[in-house]
Amino acid sequence: MADMESSTSMGMTGDVRSEVKKPKKKKVLLMGKSGSGKSSMRSIIFSNYIARDTRRLGATIDIDLSHVKFLGNLTLNLWDCGGQEAFMENYLSQQRVHVFSNVGVLIYVFDIESRDVDRDMATYVSIISAMTQFSPTAKIYVLIHKMDLISLHAREAVFVDRVRLVRQKTSEFIQAAGYTAELDLIPFATSIWDQSLYKAWASIIHDLVPNLSVIESQLGSLGVLIEAEELLLFERTSFLVVSSWTSEEGQGNPTGDRQERISNILKHFKQSISRFTGTPRNAEQFTLMEHKAGSRFSMFACKFTTNTYLMVVLPPGEARFNSAKLNCQIARESFKFLDGPGPVSGQAQSLSS
Amino acid sequence: MSSRLRGRDILHGQDDDAQSSQAQPGAALSPAQQNLTRVFEQNRHKQQKQNGAKAPEQAPEASTKGKPRLLLMGQRRSGKSSISSVVFHKLPPSETLFLESTARIQKDSMPSFMDFQVWDFPGQIDIFENPTFDIDAMFGEIGALIWVIDAQDDYMEAVARLNVTILNLQRSYPNIKIEVFIHKVDGLSDDYKLDIQRDITIRIQDELSDHGFENAPVTFHLTSIYNHSIFEAFSKVIQKLIPRLGILEAMLTNLCRTCRFEKAYLFDVLSKIYIATDSAPADMASYEICSDYIDVIIDVTEVYGGWQRSPRYRENLEGPPWNQKLEDQVATNWAESCMVLSDGNKPIMLREVDKYLALVAIMKEDSYDKMPLVNMNVEVVVQGLKDFFEITKSK
Ligand SMILES: Nc1nc2c(ncn2[C@@H]2O[C@H](COP(=O)(O)OP(=O)(O)O)[C@@H](O)[C@H]2O)c(=O)[nH]1
Ligand SMILES: Nc1nc2c(ncn2[C@@H]2O[C@H](COP(=O)(O)OP(=O)(O)O)[C@@H](O)[C@H]2O)c(=O)[nH]1
Ligand SMILES: [Mg+2]
Repeated sequence: MADMESSTSMGMTGDVRSEVKKPKKKKVLLMGKSGSGKSSMRSIIFSNYIARDTRRLGATIDIDLSHVKFLGNLTLNLWDCGGQEAFMENYLSQQRVHVFSNVGVLIYVFDIESRDVDRDMATYVSIISAMTQFSPTAKIYVLIHKMDLISLHAREAVFVDRVRLVRQKTSEFIQAAGYTAELDLIPFATSIWDQSLYKAWASIIHDLVPNLSVIESQLGSLGVLIEAEELLLFERTSFLVVSSWTSEEGQGNPTGDRQERISNILKHFKQSISRFTGTPRNAEQFTLMEHKAGSRFSMFACKFTTNTYLMVVLPPGEARFNSAKLNCQIARESFKFLDGPGPVSGQAQSLSS
Repeated sequence: MSSRLRGRDILHGQDDDAQSSQAQPGAALSPAQQNLTRVFEQNRHKQQKQNGAKAPEQAPEASTKGKPRLLLMGQRRSGKSSISSVVFHKLPPSETLFLESTARIQKDSMPSFMDFQVWDFPGQIDIFENPTFDIDAMFGEIGALIWVIDAQDDYMEAVARLNVTILNLQRSYPNIKIEVFIHKVDGLSDDYKLDIQRDITIRIQDELSDHGFENAPVTFHLTSIYNHSIFEAFSKVIQKLIPRLGILEAMLTNLCRTCRFEKAYLFDVLSKIYIATDSAPADMASYEICSDYIDVIIDVTEVYGGWQRSPRYRENLEGPPWNQKLEDQVATNWAESCMVLSDGNKPIMLREVDKYLALVAIMKEDSYDKMPLVNMNVEVVVQGLKDFFEITKSK
């Protein structure tokens, strides 16, 4: 589940400290200048806003903390840290230890339209500095965001250029600080207006999902059994692809970004349904969708386990379709471990690394 | 033949419709990217030709014959290119900001039930005076003229030009329907919208009755590309142009009764304009969900239906245990979809009718189990719809 359990805005001091005493969960820090788009992406991915809705979000002033439950047994602590100068300075001084320790993933967002790139870079470097000090093993994702504002033919070049600058600033810092380890940055070009956001976040989430190898091998067996071309397993609220399997033939599909495209498509449609039925946008919206495209292909997407949806792409054929649906229903049992919490099933444990 | 609901069939050769830019493989591009590419291409193309209004180079192609024709007119920046890009090319509304203003007649040839053309009015040119315009060719056939007025701007001049145009048309082509889109009403309060509509209506009717036209066929619509109002308006316009619409409506009403559907729409797939619906009152909510459903199916089909599987793969699929040609393994060669909503297990179904049209219906709660029976009934109605269009086309 990726329900927003709580979302609390905290004062600069005080409340934040109580958080430290809780058991050490890995944090996901979402940082970047105010207005760079942090709250927007969080709301789209985890609260099913659509891009248009984000215009109404107020700027995040300081820390907006939310626990997102994902797949039942995985809690993401998202720290959306407001990026206004004064507050940035505050994390970097008084709250330095508190904010930067125990970080599993740092997602740093750069607004491509920013007028003051130098200052952005300076702030970024001071965040990186705090990270190397308190969470040196954290993964660092760099999102060059709002790419939709760049005309299409210039996007690639602008992105490459900005990433180069970020890497340069990073290595300058590392050298100056005499830091020995390598910092591995994972860059993405993103926009809330297309599926690029899903690509970045699916990759971020992918690294955090437990028992991934079990999920993958079980999907594989199911896929072969039902003659599928492709299986996509989605987390039920965010519709991020948690795992997937593609047959040999299916790998010939020239659409390389199809996973994030499908996430985007289904998520938008969930919005439409929620408008139609008047149900909350984070509620479950559909149980089954099937499409038989004549003698081209068939597909269905169905509620799978409590926390997941499964999408199955098949070659055409009525009998094949029906038997695949039946087999997926049966397979549900062996995927129940996805719903945690608590210990995973015996098989899952023995296989997971 | 190619279909947006089934995918492109490369084996069977090219499209029978000039799909212009849409026929590119665009393998690695997202729909949004494709849209942008198209728009930029279009703009570049336009810039080369940007020297005032010109008459269309050729007479309408054969493929547009018999299709209801829509002409979109209005002043520069009123929103014409945006409307045609959003409605006929699926451009996300926010991306219309990238569109450059042009002064040229733009003819869109596309796989749609209707024939759609955009005319820009770059100011001075009066089409009724200009010899390069073949007025007869434009207005001689049945159709509607859609005049776009920017409601967020001073509309005095737009109204004045519209008046001149209506008066000219009334003299020679009194049957042309005039549809006024009071456009960009997003962001305006409901009161203000109605005020504007009233003001514009009065200004036009006064002018017309001053010239002795009391009942000119002028209709007003409040529209915006940021919501479904633009599609709703187009639907109303197109329905007036369909001969014997009543028969179509009766067929859909009957289907709803036999299958216990709540609502059924017959859509032009490309534009998602509905050209007929059953007799139950059409509401925005049911239209939106059906139209969005078409989008989902098109988008999914673009991802999985747009490439050719290898012959060996197909051979294997036709071998044991199935031992049947793929074409014979399927229940129908037309696209067929269904979706079950969590809310009351309410299904929505879609069935392709022909290369332009699809039937989309909202079913009653818990009726998914009856799908096989529903599909049989739908099949019969689909056949009836095909016959209907065969007959009215050759009229
Ligand atoms: N064009 C564009 N605008 C965006 C994008 N992401 C966010 N925005 C807009 O940027 C503004 C600030 O976003 P917000 O999420 O509040 O920024 P935060 O202060 O970093 O949390 C909002 O108006 C968003 O609609 C994007 O990818 N493209
Ligand atoms: N707010 C709003 N703006 C619109 C709407 N339709 C078009 N526009 C904007 O109006 C501007 C001019 O539109 P365009 O299509 O180029 O006008 P044209 O010259 O008549 O083709 C563009 O910036 C569009 O984004 C609408 O429904 N609402
Ligand atoms: Mg914010």
